[in-house]
Amino acid sequence: MSGRLHLSPANAEPLAGSGKSQAVSRKSGSSVAAARVWALGSTSLKILGLAVFAFLLFGPLANLALWSVAERWYTPFKLPVSYGMRYWEVVFRPTGDAMTSLMTSVAIACLTVMVALAISVPAGYALARLKLPWRTALMILFLLPQAFPSVAIYINVARVFYSIGLTGTITGVVLVHAAHGLVYSVWIAAAAFAAIDRDLELAARNIGASPLRTFFTVTLPLAAPGIMASAIFVFLESLDEFTGTFFVGVPQVTTLPLLLYNASMGGNYQIASITALILLVPSVVFMIVIERFLKADVLSKVGQ
Amino acid sequence: MARPSFFGLLLIAPALAMIGALFLYPLGFSLAAAFTEPGGGLSLMHFQKAYELYSTDILFTLFIVVVSTLLTGLFSIAISGILTLGETPWLVAALRALYRWPLFIPFIVAAQCMRTFLAKNGLMNNTFVALGVMEPIQATSFLDWRGIIITFVWKQVPFVTLMLAGAMASIDRATIEAGRNLGASRVRVLIELVLPQVAQTLLVGLVLSFVTMLSVLSVPMMVAGSQPTMLTVDMAFRINSYGDYATANALGVISYAIAGTVAWIYLRHSVKREVQA
Repeated sequence: MSGRLHLSPANAEPLAGSGKSQAVSRKSGSSVAAARVWALGSTSLKILGLAVFAFLLFGPLANLALWSVAERWYTPFKLPVSYGMRYWEVVFRPTGDAMTSLMTSVAIACLTVMVALAISVPAGYALARLKLPWRTALMILFLLPQAFPSVAIYINVARVFYSIGLTGTITGVVLVHAAHGLVYSVWIAAAAFAAIDRDLELAARNIGASPLRTFFTVTLPLAAPGIMASAIFVFLESLDEFTGTFFVGVPQVTTLPLLLYNASMGGNYQIASITALILLVPSVVFMIVIERFLKADVLSKVGQ
Repeated sequence: MARPSFFGLLLIAPALAMIGALFLYPLGFSLAAAFTEPGGGLSLMHFQKAYELYSTDILFTLFIVVVSTLLTGLFSIAISGILTLGETPWLVAALRALYRWPLFIPFIVAAQCMRTFLAKNGLMNNTFVALGVMEPIQATSFLDWRGIIITFVWKQVPFVTLMLAGAMASIDRATIEAGRNLGASRVRVLIELVLPQVAQTLLVGLVLSFVTMLSVLSVPMMVAGSQPTMLTVDMAFRINSYGDYATANALGVISYAIAGTVAWIYLRHSVKREVQA
């Protein structure tokens, strides 16, 4: 980055003091060649920096991909000794643990999104538009499940759930995931509603629409991209959630992250890597489309 | 609309009920377990035990999370600064396409990636050896505190950068142009003009990152060895190995205190801002 700093004085000529500007121009006139070397050096620095950045970003993922197709890979060898898809077959066998876990994970994530949206859309609207006492305190309250170290909460949730027979059930896991995702869904929904121009709603009311009709035909469609974004966040949070499921779901509910953990700790890196790659698919897809849903005007209102 | 809206309270009630049942109630449970002695009276004996057994891990956790948060902030500011103020189109485009990749990668997947990438014979050391940067004999495993920090920063930078770059994109370009026209370097424009305008967003991003990192169980379990380790692992260990809820909850309360301090900083900042507005 430091290689780019020299570029700036050239733009600043007109406003600099006259003596200074003469000195600068004399200096730059005498060293066109030096400037060219600078430019070349700066470009190669940028390329080098970008290459290092890309390596650090994708290196870990490349290692994961390698492990998923490595049938044998042991210490002195820098690359796998033999490649093959044997472990993919093991994972995708219809009767295998992985397919069951995948189904469980997706079902839990969908249910979690439904629960979280049903709760957070009204709450987000109220926080953004209606007069509420202690509004800041309420916003903070929704942050708390994220702001508190969740392990300590989950061990007690598990204890409470155990006494009412919810440990090891899908319902229990969905409830835990929904509460965990609530900060994203409420905060983003509130930001989405806050970003809507109030005049549009007032215009609808002026031409005779009822408050309910205004909400469903004007406010909600305008907030839809933001709400979609919050649904995406909740879905991913649920799909990737490990800690809560680790304490509440065991031993009956095995989601993909738990399968990954068991395989990895058991030293089966191939199964762990393939499971990890399956978990990556939705992550990458959502990463690509997220900007379509989460616009800058909404983002800048998050947390206010 | 001077009086609070009853309708509003009605709309927010289900969300509050959920927080109450799944967060506040277990929280009370954990406080009760941490502060009561077997006989039933109040005592700090569990904290004493937690401190005796895990004081190193408490400091270790603080160190990891603080360093990771600072590094995350630094990298995010650098990347979003280049995205906003960069004048090399191909660099900005490439960076924009690259930086977001780890954004939605789950912690557990990141942990599995790093578990292989940072190992003594992982792809990182192998690449360095192949490039001739390092002798094979120098290769060491990064699977300790460094691995945890690397994983956390790798995972959180895209998140904070996304928020920060979004906020930077929505500020008034005129202020930036004015600064540049007056001869300020881009670094100076970034620090003195852009950052103050997006400080709130940066703070939210970092606070969320801080507490997220404080709560992650999978990364310290999978990336680092057993000693020293982070509080989350100790808590899980107390429960799964001994069923010792008292000490686990005492450790939990200690991590609440750490998170609470950060939340307090955030609160104080936003209250100050509201007073100014």
